[in-house]
Amino acid sequence: MIGADLAILTPEIVLSLFAMAGLMAAVYTSKDGLAPALTWGTALLFVIMAFYIGITGEGSRTAFDGMFVEDSFSRFAKVTILLSAAAILAISQDYMSKAGLLRFEFPMLIVLAVVGMMLMVSAGDMLALYMGLELQSLALYVVASLRRDSVRSTEAGLKYFVLGALSSGLLLYGVSLTYGYTGTTQFAGIIAASGGEMSLGLLFGLVFILAGMAFKVSAAPFHMWTPDVYEGSPTPVTALFATAPKVAAMALFARVVHDAFGGVVGDWQQVVAFLSVISMFLGAIAAIGQTDIKRLMAYSSISHMGFALMGLAAGTAVGVEAMLIYMAIYVAMNIGTFAFILTMERDGRHVTDISSLGAFASKEPGKAMAILVLMFSLAGVPPLLGFFGKYAVLTAAVDAEMIWLAVAGVIASVIGAFYYIRIVYLMYFGEERKGLDGRMGLATYVGLIAMALVIGLGWVPGINLFGIEGPAEIAAAMLTR
Amino acid sequence: MTIGLEHYLTVAAALFVIGIFGIFLNRKNVIIILMSLELMLLSVNINMVAFSSFLGDLTGQVFTLFILTVAAAEAAIGLAILVCFFRNRGTVDVEAVDNLKG
Repeated sequence: MIGADLAILTPEIVLSLFAMAGLMAAVYTSKDGLAPALTWGTALLFVIMAFYIGITGEGSRTAFDGMFVEDSFSRFAKVTILLSAAAILAISQDYMSKAGLLRFEFPMLIVLAVVGMMLMVSAGDMLALYMGLELQSLALYVVASLRRDSVRSTEAGLKYFVLGALSSGLLLYGVSLTYGYTGTTQFAGIIAASGGEMSLGLLFGLVFILAGMAFKVSAAPFHMWTPDVYEGSPTPVTALFATAPKVAAMALFARVVHDAFGGVVGDWQQVVAFLSVISMFLGAIAAIGQTDIKRLMAYSSISHMGFALMGLAAGTAVGVEAMLIYMAIYVAMNIGTFAFILTMERDGRHVTDISSLGAFASKEPGKAMAILVLMFSLAGVPPLLGFFGKYAVLTAAVDAEMIWLAVAGVIASVIGAFYYIRIVYLMYFGEERKGLDGRMGLATYVGLIAMALVIGLGWVPGINLFGIEGPAEIAAAMLTR
Repeated sequence: MTIGLEHYLTVAAALFVIGIFGIFLNRKNVIIILMSLELMLLSVNINMVAFSSFLGDLTGQVFTLFILTVAAAEAAIGLAILVCFFRNRGTVDVEAVDNLKG
């Protein structure tokens, strides 16, 4: 019996053992000398696991009395998480060695965080949800303050820790109320007990859980940690924060509201729609005055989370499908953009001020064109992929008769387009100053160009978004059945 | 009078609110924020144990043990980050945590 349960958890177990073995190997041999090998090994293992999960997984299986659910939804999320984490590790290698941050703990902490994310998206019980969430968060708090001799990095870690722990506290308080008023922590039990008229205690529990998860996806009005943490953390860590944990938190959000509270859609729908509108507008408006590109990407991610939540607010299978497609496209755009941000340097120093982009296009026309594609896609300009992501969530909102939400989304997207286009403007028409002079390593160059090609060509009829629509549809159907 | 479930819930809710206020109203010391976080988690534990006893179901008490363990790990990591911050900044005043703004 236990053997069958453990077999379902194979990818998580392999990754956990790898993290422990990697730490031991590095401690007993050349310590940080092993860091490059461990980084590439980890990235390779992530890719192998992503293919393993994507190819061998089928149907829906549960382990440990429903604590752990392995279905098409969790597989979609896990493959996205693993591939994005692998890509981030690959593009961060150059930066890390230049900045003297090549520590063996970095890849190992990321492995642990990824195991936490995989547990989160597979949770079938509040206890599993909490343990996965904490494993992810605890590893990420440490990664945020990786540059431990810098005030900014440790301050980012401190802020992330305090607000992350606060959000865990809110979530837990909601879990305790949910447990008290339904008598169980299993999602299957909660959905059975919560149908019909909702008791006030359970409603409070739901609201606290939603608030806790809104913190994790950095949806406004629980976004205040995001810009500071993005700015202060080392850039590869920022790139990580913008991708894999966002997918995991959003998938967890979808799983909780559909698996545990699927019987009371009307009760959470309004809250999620509210979070969505506030995030879209705040992300779009607050980013206008930013001059630091990492801060700008933080507000951009807040705005994008608003759009992803719009799909969730629809409360339908189409909405979940739109959310999954949106997240996959969002991750691809961010990997490409951060591959470029990682290589922004002048006189050997990393710079993040957007004015340093001035006249970049005249020096590096190819790269500038790739960034133009990514920025237009982030803004949602057709026919790039970012437009199809937005189109999917807007359609889902309209289908669910939330026209006001869709209209608000379009307005916010127009406002948000301003700062993406400003970056393009600076690159092509900005006044030439002492600009960027860094050279791009192979991994970052491939990351930037490959993602720009994916985003720029994904709409071509034969490619059709690389076929992610099919798996996303199956995954959404599994969750909302 | 007998002490019922609602009394435990009231105490837990009060502690939870004190914890939240401790984080947001405190202008002095980051250590106090760590203590407030601990207070929030412990109030959740009271909730869990009270419900568990009231429902005659052990899940809540098991959950409490997990929360205690995670809270310990969290405090360790929080203090470690705080020590690093202190080394760089020379103080643990909340007002000193202000290098990142925008």
